[in-house]
Amino acid sequence: MDYSQFLSMWQEIGLLIVFLLTFFYDTFAPRKALGAIGGLTCVLFAIFTGFGFTGWFMNGSDAFEGMYQGSMAITTIKNILNIGTLIVLIQSIKWADSDFVRVRRGEFYELILLTLFGMYLMISAGHFLLFVIGLETASLPLAALVAFDKHRYESHEAAVKYVLTAVFSSAVFLFGLSFVYGIAGTLYYDGIAAQLIAGGASGTMLIVALAFVISGFGFKLSLVPFHLWTADVYQGAPTPVTSYLSVISKGSAAFAFLVVLWQAFGPAYPQVWEWMLYALIILTITVGNLFAMRQRNLKRFLAFSSVSQAGYIMLGVIGVNELSMTALMFYILVYIFSNLGAFGVIGAVERATGKVDMSAYNGLSKTNPRLAFTMMLAMFSLAGIPPFAGFFSKFFIFTGALEVGTVAMYVLVFVALVNTIISLYYYLLVVKAMYISEEEPQVAAFTSTASERLGMAVCLCGIVALGIASPVYTYIYNAVNTSISNDIVASLLTVIIP
Amino acid sequence: MLGNILIYFVVVPILMMLGIYLSRNRAQIRAVAVTGSLVLLGISTWLVCEYLRLRAAGFDAPMLFTDTWCWFAPLNINLAVGVDGVSVAMLMLSSIIVFAGSFASWEIPQPKAFFLWLILLSTGVFGFFISIDLFTMFMFYEVALIPMYLLIGVWGSGNKNYSAMKLTLMLMGGSAFLMLGLIGIYYNSVVDGEHTWNIVKIAQSHCLDNTGWQYLFFPLTFVGFGVLGAMFPFHTWSPDGHACAPTAVSMLHAGVLMKLGGYGCFRVAIYLMPQAANELAWIFLILTGISVVYGAFSACVQTDLKYINAYSSVSHCGLVLFAILMLNTTAMTGAIMQMLSHGLMTALFFALIGMIYGRTHTRDIRLMGGLMKIMPFLAVCYVIAGLASLGLPGLSGFVSEMTIFVGSFEHTDFFHRAFTIAACSSIVITAVYILRVVGKLLFGPVYDEHHLSLTDATWWERLSTVTLIICVAAIGCFPNFFVDLIKFTFSSRIFAAIGLN
Repeated sequence: MDYSQFLSMWQEIGLLIVFLLTFFYDTFAPRKALGAIGGLTCVLFAIFTGFGFTGWFMNGSDAFEGMYQGSMAITTIKNILNIGTLIVLIQSIKWADSDFVRVRRGEFYELILLTLFGMYLMISAGHFLLFVIGLETASLPLAALVAFDKHRYESHEAAVKYVLTAVFSSAVFLFGLSFVYGIAGTLYYDGIAAQLIAGGASGTMLIVALAFVISGFGFKLSLVPFHLWTADVYQGAPTPVTSYLSVISKGSAAFAFLVVLWQAFGPAYPQVWEWMLYALIILTITVGNLFAMRQRNLKRFLAFSSVSQAGYIMLGVIGVNELSMTALMFYILVYIFSNLGAFGVIGAVERATGKVDMSAYNGLSKTNPRLAFTMMLAMFSLAGIPPFAGFFSKFFIFTGALEVGTVAMYVLVFVALVNTIISLYYYLLVVKAMYISEEEPQVAAFTSTASERLGMAVCLCGIVALGIASPVYTYIYNAVNTSISNDIVASLLTVIIP
Repeated sequence: MLGNILIYFVVVPILMMLGIYLSRNRAQIRAVAVTGSLVLLGISTWLVCEYLRLRAAGFDAPMLFTDTWCWFAPLNINLAVGVDGVSVAMLMLSSIIVFAGSFASWEIPQPKAFFLWLILLSTGVFGFFISIDLFTMFMFYEVALIPMYLLIGVWGSGNKNYSAMKLTLMLMGGSAFLMLGLIGIYYNSVVDGEHTWNIVKIAQSHCLDNTGWQYLFFPLTFVGFGVLGAMFPFHTWSPDGHACAPTAVSMLHAGVLMKLGGYGCFRVAIYLMPQAANELAWIFLILTGISVVYGAFSACVQTDLKYINAYSSVSHCGLVLFAILMLNTTAMTGAIMQMLSHGLMTALFFALIGMIYGRTHTRDIRLMGGLMKIMPFLAVCYVIAGLASLGLPGLSGFVSEMTIFVGSFEHTDFFHRAFTIAACSSIVITAVYILRVVGKLLFGPVYDEHHLSLTDATWWERLSTVTLIICVAAIGCFPNFFVDLIKFTFSSRIFAAIGLN
């Protein structure tokens, strides 16, 4: 065996090193020095994130006979997830230092890094075996993280719900995979695609198989009708974990979903999964929005908002072309900044007052103008208002989907557009509470900690600059462009777009 | 990039926002706002002169001062700027109203945030008028919309929560149609082997002509912009929004923002897809015809000054779209004149209403009377605005409405004639509601004795209103100047494609 193949797993190895350093520090450092672990993890992880953008890491390549895949696009999406994780880590320093969490804070950082490792494997998998390993490595630590607030009843409830859903969805997914194996006789993505081309890409077996596989992903991404766990888990989990779940977990699953559908099942696009996904997108966006309108707890509110955002992300999967893939990655990046900005404010207010209800935000602009401003921009960005980044990501994802050019796609984008108006309504409700409501402010003025401020400042910069600064988009586009010629989705593109 | 004069229409407002952000007190904020809007006024005046000079010197490209800077290369999105007569006129209008609006909000509470949002709004407006790239145009369009929510919500009066939300959602709903139409246009226009967002290129290559898609995209874009142009039945945001907005916002909104709708309908829907416009015009003629008459009738029965004016705006803006759809040079010239005229006189109206409301604390005409004796300056201004609105010769309303109806009557078929006659009746109805208000509000007995102690206009209020009155009179007295300014816009291309003129 050629051991140099491990070198193409640079990012995984780098992440493991960060994990081990954190772990050893947590285990062997004297009790007094343990307070520094949050800062230490952030610094180590920041260095690691920075390295991701250097030339060394960029040129990923396939390894282990296609079991592991690497390409510019894959490196870039990992970098994007790293940025998001870094922000979550920064934002959680203060929470990890609180009374109930302090003794176990080392575990928090280690578990976060472990789940990220699992997501890396999911993204890089070229074979369903590696994919499932990644999936489980990502899910189980997350369940522990959801239960991290041991003193809160809701946290337990959320963890149980999360574990049961995760296990159930894995089972559904694996059941689907058994069908896939029956059809194709292999679990390599490329092998499946080749079999589908050779043996006809339609048939009842394939429909059943894909229905199960897509349902499995549907649970991870909380697509409607597999979304029922989302609100309870988001509400019950500690806020840093919720924010991690809502952006990183979702982003990685969305990208992995894209790779699986395009690369393994690409030939079945027109006959089978285009219509499944079509229906899922419409359901997800609409139901997510309708439920979000009624929420008064901001974490539940953002849970349903993230359900509908997942629908928008799926628009990048259904439009099979380079622009869509770029738009999907760009959307995830922008979504990370916008959502983490919102969660940063929620976390800060929750830490200071313990309140997460929307009514607590009445008049926030008078007592805490900066927090209110951050929240407002995050809401605008989520709703897709220019000049903030969310507008650009939404526009690009619609543009990507419309490149397909069928009437059905126009209808789909129109439904999505109508839904952005509905979503604008509930995002504006938050703005209204903070800026327009004339009720007595419920939250007294308080000072955010340095780490909270840093986290929010990073998010604000992202929200304001990411859209206007076109080099970011162009960078992602170039990464996607080289990867497609590198063959990551080339097989698909040759099939679908002759 | 900074070598092009047009880019300063965006740069100056951004600098103003920076300046206002750094200001420490009201005096500095006022200074920044006034200086900035004076600079904008200066630039646009210079632009008008330079534009006319270039046209006289024989430059006959469809757009002048064009420039293109690459923005998102993979999608061919550029920051492309350029102006023709209509854009120049609209830029001039916008800078006049921003100037007058700064004075009209001289004593607004929380001035810093207010001006920041107001200037952001005007950045969107200016950016929209200088863009000839569909993407940037759309982006600036939306930039102009969202500040309205906070401006009305925070500084508004009355049922402001409801109105602000209704206005924002309806306008954004319009932009949903618009976005679909614009992306569709992009994918169906191939120039030199690649898709393009550039309006001039699409228009010159005729790539949307004779395709089936234009019959989808024309209604999408026309309705999308038509919502902002208060086209029936999408006008309902307008009365509520205007009535609850603070003075300067009403001015900018009715004066400039609603023009975005008319301008967009012309520049995108009709300019790019004249064939579809020609065939589908009848649907929208019916809708805009209803706007014109229905708006005027609604104004007759209102008792709130702002509602009267808001419905009058629906009627007048409906006339703009109505005239554009006539698809001939005379009526379209009239439409552009009407945009200018309505922009100025509605801004004047809203400024005056704001000033009267600031004194009497009511806008109900049943609770006021005899203001001519109490505040003669404001009352005289109100009469002038009213006369302009009902189309008195010598003021702007006459010129524009006359041109529109003459142009509309050039069509000889029954359908167009009938609708033109129906629309003409709005002139009479306008006279009814204007004279009713003037009679009740200004003349007649003093209704409330507390009003006797009120004062007349302050210097900044006089400055704001006099500026606008001069402009209204200028259009009325020298219409040929404006006709010359905009005549190059109606290139033969629109009419050639549909076999008219």
